Amino acid sequence: MATQSAYEKYKSDGSLLGNLLEWADARFPLTSTWKAHLSEYYAPKNFNFWYYFGSLAILVLVIQIVTGIFLAMHYKPDASLNADGLPVAFASVSYIMNDVDWGWLIRYMHSTGASAFFVVVYLHMFRGMIYGSYRKPRELLWIFGIVIFLCLMAEAFMGYLLPWGQMSYWGAQVIVNLFSAIPIIGDPLSLWIRGDFVIGDATLNRFFAFHVVAIPIILLGLVVAHVLALHETGSSNPDGIEIDKLKDEKGVPLDGIPFHPYYTVKDIVGVAVFLMIFFAIICFAPEGGGYFLEYNNFFPADPMKTPAHIAPVWYFTPFYSMLRAMVWNFFWLDAKFWGVVAMGAGVVILAFLPWLDRSPAHSIRYRGPVFKTLLTIFVIGFLILGYLGTKVPGYKFFGINFLDGDIIAQIFTAYYFLFFLTMPIWSKMDQCKPVPERVTWK
Amino acid sequence: MSNQEKMSGERRRLIVATAAVGGVGAAAAAIPFVASMLPSERAKAAGAPVEADISQIEPGQMKTFEWRGKPVWILRRTQAMLDSLTQLNNDLADPASERSLQPAYCKNPHRSYKPEILVVIAICTHLGCSPTPKLKEGAEEGMTSDWKGGSFCPCHGSTFDFAGRVFKNKPAPDNLEIPPHRYLSDTRILIGEHQEA
Repeated sequence: MATQSAYEKYKSDGSLLGNLLEWADARFPLTSTWKAHLSEYYAPKNFNFWYYFGSLAILVLVIQIVTGIFLAMHYKPDASLNADGLPVAFASVSYIMNDVDWGWLIRYMHSTGASAFFVVVYLHMFRGMIYGSYRKPRELLWIFGIVIFLCLMAEAFMGYLLPWGQMSYWGAQVIVNLFSAIPIIGDPLSLWIRGDFVIGDATLNRFFAFHVVAIPIILLGLVVAHVLALHETGSSNPDGIEIDKLKDEKGVPLDGIPFHPYYTVKDIVGVAVFLMIFFAIICFAPEGGGYFLEYNNFFPADPMKTPAHIAPVWYFTPFYSMLRAMVWNFFWLDAKFWGVVAMGAGVVILAFLPWLDRSPAHSIRYRGPVFKTLLTIFVIGFLILGYLGTKVPGYKFFGINFLDGDIIAQIFTAYYFLFFLTMPIWSKMDQCKPVPERVTWK
Repeated sequence: MSNQEKMSGERRRLIVATAAVGGVGAAAAAIPFVASMLPSERAKAAGAPVEADISQIEPGQMKTFEWRGKPVWILRRTQAMLDSLTQLNNDLADPASERSLQPAYCKNPHRSYKPEILVVIAICTHLGCSPTPKLKEGAEEGMTSDWKGGSFCPCHGSTFDFAGRVFKNKPAPDNLEIPPHRYLSDTRILIGEHQEA
């Protein structure tokens, strides 16, 4: 049978709206797209709490784009000093906060949104790890996700320079100098990124261009690719089994329910709870105790003086700890280069998870004690790395010499990489429980 | 194209040539964009030398000057500070400044033209933070009790002595860079131009 055209498939019911739809469908895949991605996209019926974070990530993306557009109407990417001796960029952020109607709200939504984005994305990634969402056939879906994570890091980093505070300036100085650690091309490369011999106006302007135009476009494209890949393979679920093995006579998975209205309505609950927490932070603790907006960033950038305590924003600190943990020179290359390698590898290694994990069961529900133990240590280690990354070098837990933060960071950095690198061995050995035929739910 | 129809050699060559020329064009189009991100002519011209007046710097004190957007410290070292330099060689990563950057006239144990005056770029050779001076000996300024004085980088904990030499097993690979500088008189230094031989 020849495939029907959209014109033949979607006939009007005679109403005005029906006629309009028929007209559109003959010219654009409207109804078919709606069906393929929403009303006839069958998702497993046993999604739990952890499955909120994908749609929440999209929500935060929208918040960031909308608030970003309105911030760009008032913000000035200019490092020169104004009549008061303040950098214009720094002063324009103060202006948004003090003089623009509702500017404080839009600015705090954007700055809190950045942290919220990482909270949501980290939880979304953790969901993938516990339920084996990255396993075949969802490898590419997972890789798109890791690339999104990398883009998000670049986006957040460049955005952090824009207020042109002390942390903006010195954070950018450190991160751009990371590139200079690369042998041979390092110095010209970091010069090219900065556009000047020091972080300056040229850097601020280009970071603004990347932050508001280039990276958001790439990010949106990747999100579309991520969702298309998801809808190609179908969603995984907390049991880590494939629902399209068992279908009814119409070809609908027995354990599947249409994304719309079932999950669109479920996600409204997630959105409501999320927004309550989000706006509570914006209204009562917009600086997040110095974690969302660092205190030193309330001082204008001073190229002559690094603040006594400099640390990245919390979402970079686990990887920053890995950078600092490398203090040995290997081969003919400096520790500095290996620090950069550790930091980069810490993110990139996640992309290899689909091939490192050889466990017969995909979901933590049916995986054995080895996985559960190692994963628990992994999570604790990651959190400790994150905590230590906010502290000065030489930090001691509870002031006890024996609990040296630098050494603990080295131990957990080693653990982080060993967790992944030895995964092909221990994931195969683990005692898994039998996996059910159908999804389980109450 | 189906398998039955074999593409003629000429057609294949033309397709490959067209694609190759198009690819070269696309790559060439990227050049102006990539090049536009390099330091501009104005940025390159902005590196003029800076004059520093050191007459007000007492022994044991230092002052910060700005040169090419970077902090440059001028420290007038006391005899005790200079003496401390000779005792540290075993604790330093590059005690003789073999791999570190300095003008030839500063490649000596005290890393300076005049022994007591240290002129140094206060940018850590690790990742470019500016170290904090910790000039007092011992734990008074938050250092360990065996601290001999120098500076401390708050970002990743590298420590430097009174000649800007980095201590061993710290993230910074090299000693702090010594900028080219020239004495205009006993009290004035021009940072950014070399000493005449």
